[in-house]
Amino acid sequence: MNEERKGLKEKITNSDIWRSIFRHGYEDTGRRYTLQILQNVWLHLHPPRVSRHALNFRFTWCMGGITFLMFLVTAVTGVLLMFYYRPTAEYAFRDVQYLEFDIPFGMLLRNMHRWAAHGMVISVMLHMFRVFLTGSYKKPREFNWAVGVILLLVTFFLSFTGYLLPWDQLAFWAVTVGTNMARATPVLGHEGPFAPQDITQSNDVRFALLAGTIVGPSTLLRFYILHCVAVPLLASVLMALHFWRVRKDGGISGPL
Amino acid sequence: MEHFLALVTKPDNVPILAILFLIPYFMWLSYRQARQTDITGVPSDAELNDKVYVWPYLCRNEFICAIIVMLVLGVWSIMIDAPLEEPSDPTKTPNPSKAPWYFLALQEMLVYFDPWIAGVVLPGLIIAGLIAIPYIDINPKGKGYYTIKERPFALAVFSFGFIVLWIVLMIVGTFLRGPGWNFFAPWEYWDPHLVVPLTNVNLSYLFGIRSETTANFFGFVVVAGYFSVGPIFYLWKRNSSRFLQELGLVRYIVVSFLFLTMMALPIKMILRIFFNVKYIWVSPWFNI
Ligand code: HEM
Repeated sequence: MNEERKGLKEKITNSDIWRSIFRHGYEDTGRRYTLQILQNVWLHLHPPRVSRHALNFRFTWCMGGITFLMFLVTAVTGVLLMFYYRPTAEYAFRDVQYLEFDIPFGMLLRNMHRWAAHGMVISVMLHMFRVFLTGSYKKPREFNWAVGVILLLVTFFLSFTGYLLPWDQLAFWAVTVGTNMARATPVLGHEGPFAPQDITQSNDVRFALLAGTIVGPSTLLRFYILHCVAVPLLASVLMALHFWRVRKDGGISGPL
Repeated sequence: MEHFLALVTKPDNVPILAILFLIPYFMWLSYRQARQTDITGVPSDAELNDKVYVWPYLCRNEFICAIIVMLVLGVWSIMIDAPLEEPSDPTKTPNPSKAPWYFLALQEMLVYFDPWIAGVVLPGLIIAGLIAIPYIDINPKGKGYYTIKERPFALAVFSFGFIVLWIVLMIVGTFLRGPGWNFFAPWEYWDPHLVVPLTNVNLSYLFGIRSETTANFFGFVVVAGYFSVGPIFYLWKRNSSRFLQELGLVRYIVVSFLFLTMMALPIKMILRIFFNVKYIWVSPWFNI
């Protein structure tokens, strides 16, 4: 029976049709597995081998990877959204409406972008929680934890700058409330304690963030550029550093 | 109640519903593993040197995980539409105005502290404190596995901060704060005209102090006294505690300062909720 199947398999893999499609067979060896990782530009981020517990969902919760996946989804859907969106007070809201009602799959596109962004915020918080619970920030991973904290902030900031772009009531007031506190920055905000005389509403930190004294058209443009260019670039650089350090620090932590 | 259901099922609040399930699930998952380690001991070297090839074993897991997550995201995106309200109008302030859900713990802190503390100093200290964690936690044990026995203090402090002061406050801010940022139980109607009598008084007033200068001095003493609990404890235990000696003075100061600052939030919450205390320290320049 087994012999028979083997014979059949050989017959198929030796046939002219099969060999016209696959140039060579797949060797079932460790060398082959290693090369598979090393020679693939997308996979070579990985080490060739990892300890067994690193595969375990119960250990990592997969949350770092899910955060990265959500980032990729927002990057792809975000680029598509940019084709239909103009960051000006006249057009922004109407472009979103147009996207929802007249672009094929426009609503789905917008939903995926928004929910992936929210998913990223959830998964990054859970990732941090898992890294803490397993004590994975301890030597030699102290610095990568610090990189992670910055990534956490960057994730919040990405999500927050994007929140303004639909330019509806929800967006406008959430950003108004969220940036109001900057008024009270000590020394640098015009309502903060110890603010010098010449710090006013139109030159304090809140003004720098909003490009105005209230959320307005220039805020929209500023948040748009931060959201679509500056912060994603920063996030990508930091993620590259983060992943590189995971490997250089000895791979996924374990009891050693 | 109906309006509460409407609130809970608002599209932008779905992530919070997810968190309500995810956090308990992962706490349970990690607790089980921690208990097992604590009973059977840390895995041996032999188990650790057990390495597997990334291709196909890890790549396969990543692939399956990605497919499942994309399926969930796809279903979520088909079922629930992203919200789009009326065009923005600076003259129409909604009541309540809320920041995005992940900032609601910060907005919730505004109830208890002035904006410069709640909005600037405390967030800054949260970030600084998070970055400081690896440098102030010198316990070499519990690295790379779940355990409770080997690092109870670290776990208790972080979990309290993360679960109670971040996640729970976020949920309260989303579901239980209505017009005027007043507290409403789920079954209560969000009355925008609700009048809440402002009966809060300063701590100095409760102690019968009426003069401003004395009140200022009193506030200073209370706050300084609170933060000197750290150094006093150090001086008292320095000689008898091996732990404190290993920690060292600088690390100890950072740990105690961050810890006391974190605990200031629940303390102020209790003072406000049960004793109607407005400020602890009123000075001509700032109030705490
Ligand atoms: C954009 C955000 C982030 C991404 C994409 C990301 C991604 C990852 C990935 C894929 C891993 C491999 C292990 C795993 O999946 O758990 C990892 C490990 C790690 N991450 Fe992150 N991360 C992010 C944010 C953070 C944050 C906020 C922290 C902590 C404050 C952090 C600290 C760490 C540490 C210390 C490790 C090593 C863990 C170990 O060796 O067990 N990361 N990260």
